[in-house]
Amino acid sequence: MVTLADFLVLSAILFAISALGIFINRKNLIVLLMCVELMLLAVNTNFLAFSYFLGDLHGQIFVFFVLTVAAAESSIGLAIIVLLMRNRGSINVQDIHELNG
Amino acid sequence: MSDIKTICSIIAFAPLVGAILAGMGGRIIGRAGAHTVTIAGVGISCLLSIRLLMDLLATTATGEPVVYNETLYTWLESGGLTLQIGFLIDQLSATMMVVVTFVSLMVHVYTIGYMRDDPGYQRFFSYISLFTFAMLMLVMANNFVQLFFGWEGVGLVSYLLIGFWYTRDSAIFANMKAFLVNRVGDMGMVLGIAAVAYLFGSLDFATVFADPAAHSETTFQILNGEPWSAITVTCVLLFIGAMAKSAQFPLHVWLPDSMEGPTPISALIHAATMVTAGIFLLARTSPLFELSETALSFVMIIGAITALFMGFLGIVQNDIKRVIAYSTLSQLGYMTVALGASAYAAGIFHLTTHAFFKALLFLAAGSVIIAMHHEQDMRKMGGLRKYMPITYLTCLIGTLALVGFPGLAGFFSKDAIIEAVKYSELPGADFAYLAVLAGVFVTSLYSFRLLFLVFHGKERMDDHTREHLHETPLVVTGPLMALAVPSVVIGALAIEPMLFGNFFGDSIFVLPGHDVLQGLQSHWHGALQFALHGFTQIPFLLMLAGLAAAWVLYRQKPELPGLFTDKLAWLHRVLLNKYYLDDFNQTVFAGGLRGIGQFFWRIGDVALIDGLLVNGSARAVGAFAGVLRHIQTGYLYHYAFAMMIGLMVLMSMLWFVIQ
Amino acid sequence: MEFSTQELIPVLPEITLLVMASVVLLVDLFAPGKERVGTYTTSMLALALTALVSVYSYQGEQLVFAGHHQSDGLSLVLKLAMVIAVAVVFLYGRGYLAVRGLLNGEFFTLSLFGLLGMMIIASAGSLLSLYLGLETLSLSLYALVGFDRRSVASSEAAIKYFILGALASGVLLYGISILYGVTGTIQTAAMQMEIQAVLTSAGQYQMLLGLGVVFVVVGAAFKLGAAPFHMWLPDIYEGSPTAVTNYLGTASKLAAIALVLRLFADVLQPLIHQWQPMLMLLAVASLAVGNIIAIAQTNFKRMLAYSAISHMGFVLLGVLVGTGAGYSASLFYMITYAITGLAAFGLIMLLSRLGFEAENLVDFKGLAQRSPLMGLVVLLVMFSMAGVPPTVGFFAKLAVIDAVIEQGFAWIAVVAVLFSVIGAFYYLRVVKLVFFDGVEDPSPLVSSWDERFVLVLNGLFVLVLGLFPGKLLEICNQVFTGL
Repeated sequence: MVTLADFLVLSAILFAISALGIFINRKNLIVLLMCVELMLLAVNTNFLAFSYFLGDLHGQIFVFFVLTVAAAESSIGLAIIVLLMRNRGSINVQDIHELNG
Repeated sequence: MSDIKTICSIIAFAPLVGAILAGMGGRIIGRAGAHTVTIAGVGISCLLSIRLLMDLLATTATGEPVVYNETLYTWLESGGLTLQIGFLIDQLSATMMVVVTFVSLMVHVYTIGYMRDDPGYQRFFSYISLFTFAMLMLVMANNFVQLFFGWEGVGLVSYLLIGFWYTRDSAIFANMKAFLVNRVGDMGMVLGIAAVAYLFGSLDFATVFADPAAHSETTFQILNGEPWSAITVTCVLLFIGAMAKSAQFPLHVWLPDSMEGPTPISALIHAATMVTAGIFLLARTSPLFELSETALSFVMIIGAITALFMGFLGIVQNDIKRVIAYSTLSQLGYMTVALGASAYAAGIFHLTTHAFFKALLFLAAGSVIIAMHHEQDMRKMGGLRKYMPITYLTCLIGTLALVGFPGLAGFFSKDAIIEAVKYSELPGADFAYLAVLAGVFVTSLYSFRLLFLVFHGKERMDDHTREHLHETPLVVTGPLMALAVPSVVIGALAIEPMLFGNFFGDSIFVLPGHDVLQGLQSHWHGALQFALHGFTQIPFLLMLAGLAAAWVLYRQKPELPGLFTDKLAWLHRVLLNKYYLDDFNQTVFAGGLRGIGQFFWRIGDVALIDGLLVNGSARAVGAFAGVLRHIQTGYLYHYAFAMMIGLMVLMSMLWFVIQ
Repeated sequence: MEFSTQELIPVLPEITLLVMASVVLLVDLFAPGKERVGTYTTSMLALALTALVSVYSYQGEQLVFAGHHQSDGLSLVLKLAMVIAVAVVFLYGRGYLAVRGLLNGEFFTLSLFGLLGMMIIASAGSLLSLYLGLETLSLSLYALVGFDRRSVASSEAAIKYFILGALASGVLLYGISILYGVTGTIQTAAMQMEIQAVLTSAGQYQMLLGLGVVFVVVGAAFKLGAAPFHMWLPDIYEGSPTAVTNYLGTASKLAAIALVLRLFADVLQPLIHQWQPMLMLLAVASLAVGNIIAIAQTNFKRMLAYSAISHMGFVLLGVLVGTGAGYSASLFYMITYAITGLAAFGLIMLLSRLGFEAENLVDFKGLAQRSPLMGLVVLLVMFSMAGVPPTVGFFAKLAVIDAVIEQGFAWIAVVAVLFSVIGAFYYLRVVKLVFFDGVEDPSPLVSSWDERFVLVLNGLFVLVLGLFPGKLLEICNQVFTGL
């Protein structure tokens, strides 16, 4: 029997992986985009698990919206990355530090 | 008077609007526009003030004076104290309003002629209108905060105007001096206001003056010594504020130097209005002062010292404006003495008459200065009578009013003060009486000296100046004539209602035991009688003696003063050096402080405070900032990392909170 | 749950804006031209309509759309403030963008959609609508920041904002999911009651709730720009086109306060003992970081960014008090800060011209000689930000400090004042540059009369609000008298 706790731990692990990914990865921006997606998936896991175990539909509705937003977010993220690639010819995270101080 | 709120607002803000338009208008409104808008603003204020006073007088006659006390708007409320803008219009403030706006209007008109060729023409008009606004806020205030706002406002404009010709070193020095001396006074003023707030829990006049006697037993423990009467401390602190603004000994040193400013300013600010703010403050706070004989005594003695000893200095000055400046000091001393003797009405009465004839004298002096092409040394004048008849005549009227020639304005007010002091029973009243009596002789001596040196005798100016000598234009002489009228009649007209009628009503509070004017009233048989009676009194004889002395010294035997100067060289030197007070201040306060400063500067400041605390902390913060900004590396992953650290910190905090 | 058309009335402002934003999209398609007169006019019309509809459709407190949309005093005040702020942003931004060839329809439509998101946040009745509003705003903002397609800085700012913003949204959402898990609802009112119930029932869920609070606090702090979640702010302020910075620094701050108030004053009010110390830490850190690092800045936009961080510290101080007085003080602070900020960024735009950005501090040298009126505006704005009376900034700070002291946090008030003193240094330095330094760049100032007029008006408004703060304070107080 899979318990609520199992789901919560899973989502926590997913969340931690994505958070770590955002600041450990120093190469490709696309990976950051994936990390952001993963974070939203962790949240979705949470919502679904709660929704199932509470017997309440709101959580699942929430997930639909989060998924939609995630898609929109990815598209904007990719657009910005394209922009960056065109402007400076690199999407290396390490190369982006002109604005500082 | 349902529309009184509107009227008051217009009176107060019309000059402000004028000042803003003249100051910001620049080329758009031009020079003519600048003086038109400001004169219009002040003119409106003046007319409305007179109307207000008339209304008040009318209602006073019916026995039920309508005192208007209303809050315009509440600015902020904090910790139980409310800061408001409001107007308290009673007989006292209405009188002051008329005096202020009338003299201001005259000075505005006069300035057109006096400042004609000055590049700072518009700036000047903007300043004097701004001054009028601040002064009106001061006298119309219904609480201490607004009064203080006006107090600092007039001070600010005063500094701006003393330093109006900011390219002159002497003007900058005078400016600095006025600023520093007034800071000493402000210290007292602020502490006084704080004491009032502490004692009464309110800064509203009505609340504070409702029942001050309830606090007459309260004491302050200062420096764990003797308990001090709280009211006395408060009053003395407020008076220290008044001392600086009204140039009382020993905080008077800035006023003579303030003559560096243009002459219209000397007339408006440093003779007629601003310097009387201290007198007004004391009259306004009479319910407090009445409770403290110590404070009243202190006030009277300071006033007496100023009245007599500043007069002496006027005798040896050669700068025409400085003579009048010392005369102003001396007359302010008279007013202060009157306040100390609880004859507030007499003090305000003298303030009113003085405002007119002293403004007249200053403007006449200004007229002379214009004619002499900005020469102010009386030794280079003489015989101007025939070149400038109007100026001469008006100046003569002003002088007669000042010395107290029976029948003219100054006579009534000054005699009233002298008589009032005679009846006073406070400690120090005897000294004060002698001082004000002797002051009459001195006043007469320096005033006629000025008149003789400038308008009579040999023409000592150079030929070039003489050829161009002529009467000044109408914009200059007009205000002179307009001011000469009240200088003659205001005393006779106003003495009865102001001193003996119930003119001031409840706006001035006098304890029954202190009411010296009561004593005066028993001998009162009308203004004419009073004037005639004046011819037989000691003050008149003293005045004649002064006139005679001046006549002999400066007309008959002009070599005599030189002889005196030689024989009594030490005295002359003392007077010329103004009792060495300036030098004292320079060496002891300025120098001493500088010396102490030097000492601490080397040891404490440079090493400790500057090095470590001030610059140190500034530099540390700066350096810290320089270091901290490097945290902002610009790398995305560092930012994300910082956020995660923050998240962790908050989580661990949660742990502690829940425990 | 019956749906009636009556329920549409409270949502009319949002509907109006959505329709009008779409109209703007269409108009832009058919009204080309460098000046974009048609688009601009339609956008302004959209804002005016939205404001009018907001006022006239308001019928007191109402909860519609199955509790997802809530209209009350707070939402009304905030919506009006947001609409006005965006209108002023458009006004200042038009000339600035036109000169740089950036005046596309996208600027207007994205801003309007962002405004829609803000308004949804302001009247969010559930955490779902709160989240959707936030994302509508954020997605528009990501695009706006990267709006200058040829600028390297602009695209760098966009990617930073995007990644960090998405991260913050994720964190906030994670917190929301936990809160949902514990309470079983996403409606704000119901959730508040559930939390109350959990707290009273000898809670084994306390720790879990606390975890949710931490994540929510982080998400909110990021949107607000409070330290240590402030790192994005200076870079994004500097990198974006100034017109967008203006939008970001003023209008979207109003959305942030809406988010914070909806979360903490509504949903999480019972958990105040948990979030109060957290906000305290964030507030003090923001005051310290913002005020200190600002001193080392030479770029005016960056300086304003750090100054914004320190102002957010003040806003948080008001919130953490947890009383009606505190909330209304924060609301007042944010609204007046937005007004002041509009003038500050407006100044940069008006002083700039093609090929020259007046964003460095030295560009302000001797401004008072070049234009006394602009000098006056700088003076008023800087005084207000430093909190010098009689400008409105003084009252904002006073109101917050009053509320803080009232709840017995005197030491926080002392800290706040201390950092304000440090802060005064860099504000007054600008005043010194403007009034006492010689002119370095004597080139004439080019700007249209309407921009200059509005700027002066904006500056004077800072003063007038300082002289007559009563009305606005009263409005802010009324919003929270129910609490």
